[in-house]
Amino acid sequence: MAGVGSACLTVGLLTALYAVGASVYGAITGRRGWVASGRRAIYCLAALCVAAFAILESAFLRSDFSYALVAEGSSTDTPTFYKVTAVWATQDGSLLLWATVLSLFASAVLFLTRHSLRDIAPWATAVLGCVAAFFLLLMVGWENPFDTLAVPPPEGAGLNPLLRHPAMMIHPPMLYTGYVGFSIPFAFAIGALVTRRTGADWIRATRRFALIAWTFLGTGILLGALWSYSELGWGGYWAWDPVENASLMPWLVGTAFLHSIMVQEKRGMLKVWNVTLICATFTLALLGTFLVRSGILDSIHAFGASTIGVQMLVFIACVIALSVGLILARLPDLRSEARLDSLLSREAFFLLNNLVLVGLCLVVLWGTFFPLISEAITGTESSVGPPWFERIVTPLALVLVLLSGVGPVLAWRRVTASALFRLFAAPAAFTAVALVVLLAFTEAAKSVPSLLMFSFVAFVLAVVGQEFWRGTSARRLVTGEAWPQAFSRLFGRNRRRYGGYLVHAGIAVLFLGVAASSAFVDQRDVRLSPGDSIRVGDYDVTYVRATARLGGDDGGTGAPISLGAVLKVHRGDQAFTLHPSRNYYSTSDPSKGAISRFFEGEATSEVDVRWGLRRDLWLAVRPDLVSLEEPIARADREFADSPGRVQAFVISTLARLYRDNPPPAAFRAIVSPLVAWIWIGGAIAILGALIAAWPSPEARLRRVRSLYAARVGRELTRA
Amino acid sequence: MDPSRKRKVRLVVALGAAVCLAAALAYTSFSASSEAASPSELVEGKSYDVTGKVVHDSISRQGDELRFRIRDRDGTESVPVVYTGVVPDPFREGREVIVSGELSRGTLVAERDSLVTKCPSKFTEDKQTS
Amino acid sequence: MEFAIALVALTLLIAVVVTGPLRNKAGAERPSTTRIEELSAAKEAKYREIRDAELDHRMGKLSREDWRAVDRELRGEAIEILRELDRLEGRSVDGR
Repeated sequence: MAGVGSACLTVGLLTALYAVGASVYGAITGRRGWVASGRRAIYCLAALCVAAFAILESAFLRSDFSYALVAEGSSTDTPTFYKVTAVWATQDGSLLLWATVLSLFASAVLFLTRHSLRDIAPWATAVLGCVAAFFLLLMVGWENPFDTLAVPPPEGAGLNPLLRHPAMMIHPPMLYTGYVGFSIPFAFAIGALVTRRTGADWIRATRRFALIAWTFLGTGILLGALWSYSELGWGGYWAWDPVENASLMPWLVGTAFLHSIMVQEKRGMLKVWNVTLICATFTLALLGTFLVRSGILDSIHAFGASTIGVQMLVFIACVIALSVGLILARLPDLRSEARLDSLLSREAFFLLNNLVLVGLCLVVLWGTFFPLISEAITGTESSVGPPWFERIVTPLALVLVLLSGVGPVLAWRRVTASALFRLFAAPAAFTAVALVVLLAFTEAAKSVPSLLMFSFVAFVLAVVGQEFWRGTSARRLVTGEAWPQAFSRLFGRNRRRYGGYLVHAGIAVLFLGVAASSAFVDQRDVRLSPGDSIRVGDYDVTYVRATARLGGDDGGTGAPISLGAVLKVHRGDQAFTLHPSRNYYSTSDPSKGAISRFFEGEATSEVDVRWGLRRDLWLAVRPDLVSLEEPIARADREFADSPGRVQAFVISTLARLYRDNPPPAAFRAIVSPLVAWIWIGGAIAILGALIAAWPSPEARLRRVRSLYAARVGRELTRA
Repeated sequence: MDPSRKRKVRLVVALGAAVCLAAALAYTSFSASSEAASPSELVEGKSYDVTGKVVHDSISRQGDELRFRIRDRDGTESVPVVYTGVVPDPFREGREVIVSGELSRGTLVAERDSLVTKCPSKFTEDKQTS
Repeated sequence: MEFAIALVALTLLIAVVVTGPLRNKAGAERPSTTRIEELSAAKEAKYREIRDAELDHRMGKLSREDWRAVDRELRGEAIEILRELDRLEGRSVDGR
């Protein structure tokens, strides 16, 4: 079947190239048949990619080690969930995922716009075909997922244990869906520029795709942060690592884009800005994909100097050249249709918010590429760390949150100046009260940035609450409905607006969690023997005893050995226990002894967290194996050739040796306030985005009616 | 003020803000950055982010301290390191690491919690061809 | 071998599917119908804007005078769109 899979990719490449050619030919000559043919080619491409993906998945599920990819990334003892998701843990597999998602999204958008955007759609098809062709070319030419091994090994190497976490396996598809999703508005923007149809039509057609892409990308970023917090042994959720930054940058610019397209839809302004933004978003999305896979920047994620780095760089350069060239060539067609009436308008504040978001992105870009920049300028390679990022990003983030509270209050075109006081009175009062409460009853004043952030968050929440309340009462005045009905109807008829407000509220809550957990965290690194206790935050933590478990760890990752600790925790009249541990996976390194290879392979920290709405208690343990070193060395000598059962018995004896007489182990205990609100705020934002993206029933009716009207028109002309 | 003058003023203000931000960026990053170096390039008394590979059989733990030797990626010259703090899960001999610190009397005294280990994408060292 | 067979088979299959539209010669669409789709979408968007402005007025963001001014502007733009729509639709129905 590997041959079939490989053929799917090769035929897919040809199909994508045909789609490009047919669409361009159809667009230039105006022959609809060729355009339809190009569209069909994209549908076929989607079918081919899905087929190839299915073949690869089945190989993983069957543990077919004749596939080089399966032999590298899976093993017979990998749990099924991770067998399925191991496909995209590898470079080749993730390229196939990219191509599959891209062709599916492209098919969806082309199907939905098959009767509209007759001028732009063929060029969009061509652009999407080019991008798909590039990824297929990478696979066919360099990183083929269907490479086979002449002699299949009896056992695979297994999935890297660090990746054996549900969040970590859902994280790549989410990110890729986000990156790919932005290629749709990009393709239509290019089409709009080529055909000079620079009105808002390309925006209206692709707005939902941009919003969906933004949502998936944001979810992927959040999942990555959640994984870092709950799986890695350092207890943080964001390290300003180049790969983290690479996913954040397109998200920031994408957020700016979602706001500024509204300005173009309503006022016909910011046309140049919008096409530039979407080209930048797509370029950054490609860059995000490239950074993870090229090793150009030192990062914990660097997958080594990769074989596709140069190609991706060339492709990105082409995308930039095409975008810049087209925009400059079509500048006369991108003139604004209106002028900014008043600074007290939604348009003005959207522009401000755009500037802050783009500024944030530039800051992250500068910091991420600083090693290359400094080397170019000063000759020595230097890098900046999280403290620099935090220092520069914090003031910008504060401004952003404040703006997100002002925007919803303003109306389009202008707001009556005299109404301003009335509009902001209640939120300002609420904010003042919140500030007083914070100063009087909490220690928030110790950190001025956090205090400011808390106040701004209160402001945003008050504004959103006020918008909902005023909107509902305004509706009731006219329709006389009951409160709940009026509220849900308001939401239903203005999904974009109120879904958007919900997103603002969610993001504000997220920043609340970030500010609190950054400024008021309490962290202890200690070595404890059984019976010792420490005090961290308000908690009394006592190390009770060590634990040892063989052959089945709590996380379901298939670890042979798991050594850990039981800790009893008290806080006031609250009492509970925590069970952090460390999983040890075996290595097949031939230089290691028969027994020691079980202790010297990869090891992961299995953190235990007591989640809470007000604070989290996070605990990690690192057992000290020094007392086992001698017994292990002896066991290596004596049991090197013993059968598996005897070796298993020896290992269990060693594990019990640790459990019954453990040397002091290293513990890290962290109390972070309000961390849970980061995930809650993120979930609220995602919900708001989904509501905003949901098609309204009236729109569907209108679309159907217009299709019939078009059909009537067509049939009449033919008669 | 007529509209076109207003627009010009706004443009100047926006550009001015951008220039300020750019200046702040450049200034703070160059002053806060730490130089990257490989073990053979280290000079006493200066702080670096040292990139290199962990030398085989050089890892030892004494209480809170982790001691190992770090060598150039493509060389053999190595420097001993004394480190305290969180040790990332993938840390192992032969792996590529980045650690910040200052060279003092021939030993790299590392900053707390500054050790970063690169995730390997494949189990290349551990692959068996049996 | 498996690769070669699959290659040929898939290529043939795709070629058949993809050349379908080329074989059924459908008449070229009148360019004006694409314009009609676009204008209808623009019209709907403009109606939404008019409704939003009214909501804003009722929520107290726009005074009565300001709202009247904005409403007038928007309705004027909507009328332009409707005029263009009628012109195109009239033309294509008559076949002229």
